[in-house]
Amino acid sequence: MTFRIDKLGLGIGLLAAYGLGSPWATLRANRIVQGEAVGLFAALPLWAAWLVFCVTLAAGAIAILSVRPSTRLAAASVALATVCAGVGSAGGFLLPPDNSYARVSPASGFWILLFAFALLAADAITRMKPRPITRLSYTALAVAAILTFLFLGVWSELSIIKEYSVRADAFWAEAMRHMTLALGSLLAATIAGIPLGVFCERKVGARAIVLNTLNLIQTIPSIALFGMLIGPLAWIAVNVPGAAAAGIRGIGVAPAFVALLLYSILPIVANTVAGLEGVPGATRDAAKGLGMTSTQRLWRVEFPLALPVILTAIRIVLVQNIGLATIAALIGGGGFGTFVFQGLGQMATDLVLLGALPTVALAFVSAVVLDALIETTAAETGGKGAT
Amino acid sequence: MIEIDGVSKSYDGRAVVDNVTMVVQPRSIAVIVGTSGSGKTTLLRMINRLVERDSGSIRLDAEDNRSIPGYLLRRRIGYAIQEHGLFPHRTVSENIATVPRLLGWAPSRINAKVRELLVLFQLDPDIFGSRYPHELSGGEKQRVGVARALAAEPNVLLMDEPFGALDPVIRAKAQDDLRTIQRHLRTTIILVTHDMEEAFRLADKIAVMDAGRLLQYGTPDDLVRRPATPFVEALIGARERPFRLLAINTLGEAVEVGEADGPPLPADTSQKDAVAEMVWSRRGAVPVVSSDGSPLGRVTLEALLRRAGGPS
Repeated sequence: MTFRIDKLGLGIGLLAAYGLGSPWATLRANRIVQGEAVGLFAALPLWAAWLVFCVTLAAGAIAILSVRPSTRLAAASVALATVCAGVGSAGGFLLPPDNSYARVSPASGFWILLFAFALLAADAITRMKPRPITRLSYTALAVAAILTFLFLGVWSELSIIKEYSVRADAFWAEAMRHMTLALGSLLAATIAGIPLGVFCERKVGARAIVLNTLNLIQTIPSIALFGMLIGPLAWIAVNVPGAAAAGIRGIGVAPAFVALLLYSILPIVANTVAGLEGVPGATRDAAKGLGMTSTQRLWRVEFPLALPVILTAIRIVLVQNIGLATIAALIGGGGFGTFVFQGLGQMATDLVLLGALPTVALAFVSAVVLDALIETTAAETGGKGAT
Repeated sequence: MIEIDGVSKSYDGRAVVDNVTMVVQPRSIAVIVGTSGSGKTTLLRMINRLVERDSGSIRLDAEDNRSIPGYLLRRRIGYAIQEHGLFPHRTVSENIATVPRLLGWAPSRINAKVRELLVLFQLDPDIFGSRYPHELSGGEKQRVGVARALAAEPNVLLMDEPFGALDPVIRAKAQDDLRTIQRHLRTTIILVTHDMEEAFRLADKIAVMDAGRLLQYGTPDDLVRRPATPFVEALIGARERPFRLLAINTLGEAVEVGEADGPPLPADTSQKDAVAEMVWSRRGAVPVVSSDGSPLGRVTLEALLRRAGGPS
């Protein structure tokens, strides 16, 4: 029996081997001091270390040898679960008893293995060419697995979870604010942007002005834009009756919301224009020639055909907003950025991660969900919206 | 009846259609032929007001086409175009049902009509009804496009280069089918093409346009025997004239009393096909039978060639 070597798998295998040799966990006397790196066999009970070691080697071997994608996915899943469980047990093993100041965090070895096997899983899924609904179920399974680990307390001795448990209430409040900022601004941008896009597509003269203005806004660095909005909004709060009562202030949620809205609107307007322009000329001509009114043409023909392109913009904006909303914390807008900037201020890496990891996870899940949606609508419009 | 009376249209001061007058008889096929830029498509689009004329009048059954809003007018006139313009996000059935839905027909009536048209266009309703346009071949798309144009049973069907995108074999079949369907539904058709061959295959009357003006409007026979201008003559092709005449006439017109050997030809065979058959089978004459197979007489090669000759 002969095996072919898989090129990407070879890379993953080498990466995994390097990860095994790297520090597994960091042990620190308290949450801010520099810690000491601990290798895999020192960080875990011997049997657990061997388990992680063997599973990693086996999964690495499967990655290197060209085997069926489903086997590769299974290997990646088992390896990911083992590695994740392994890093959790390092917490309980390394922490001296009766010392509530000491902290254990995952170190580079864990992150490298996590990355390597996530890559293996993603590559295997891509090779299986799953339908959108299948991709969604894989994502749901991954999320469910992470929630189960959290619920079972597998990671509860790790520093990041300790950071969480002392500020659980704040975490969920900021999570809500983060979502409100990201989704709310997206919703507002969609409501404003799609009609504006339709208008721009019909009035060629207005298009250049609108798109250039929005382009200009897009080039302003995000921190600068947040800052620039403080002045005008503060003025509005003081001078417009009722504005302050409605929550409009120079700092806080209002400027963050407006800034995210401004960033969101260009992709939506531009893609609405592009999507409508992509409707084949013959299709438009036929729609008109068959006696559809301009409103009927827009709703029954042009808009459905432009939808995949518009959804692409919404996907871009959603992922962008989830990331950008982090910066809102700088001007008091709240969100996961609050933990990032607190963590940076206190030199507490795990607090930074408490803000960063959920942001990354949210962005990733949003991207997967919207990609599936786009693919489904595109299939319904006959591939690329044209025949 | 479609009466086009002194119609003109210009863009930026340049006349695209220049004072065109023509009448299309009910239940006939009129083909407008011309080179690109001759104004033939603009003239067609002025009939259903996709283009608004500058002057003149267009009447459909004595009613001015401006007496109702454009979109209502267009629902009463079939419209089929070269790239078929099917809605890619709708199934074949939904595409065909477009105008009946706009008109608010009852669903049962729409379904019956869609099935009837699919059968008429030789597309199995159970197979093709639920397909999307991107799952169809070029010829099937074209047929669905024409079926969609006919769904609301319009008296008039406008066709803009409907067969332009088809390969020659499928095109000839599509043209024959259109002729058959037109006789069946008795729709008045105005068809625009740059293909003279197509015009001669389909037309009861041919309109030749050049630079916005109507040069000649007459029967195919007229055009061959009495071309109004050198341009019309050139468009028909001097060397093609006898063959054009043979192509537009049928055997029935040339039948004489007498007998001939070999397998008979039906009376509705074109004279061109009959000449081809006689030359190939080395016969000077063939028996002619009616469509039910009863003998009518014979046709001689010599008589056919005489008929296809120019003025002596």
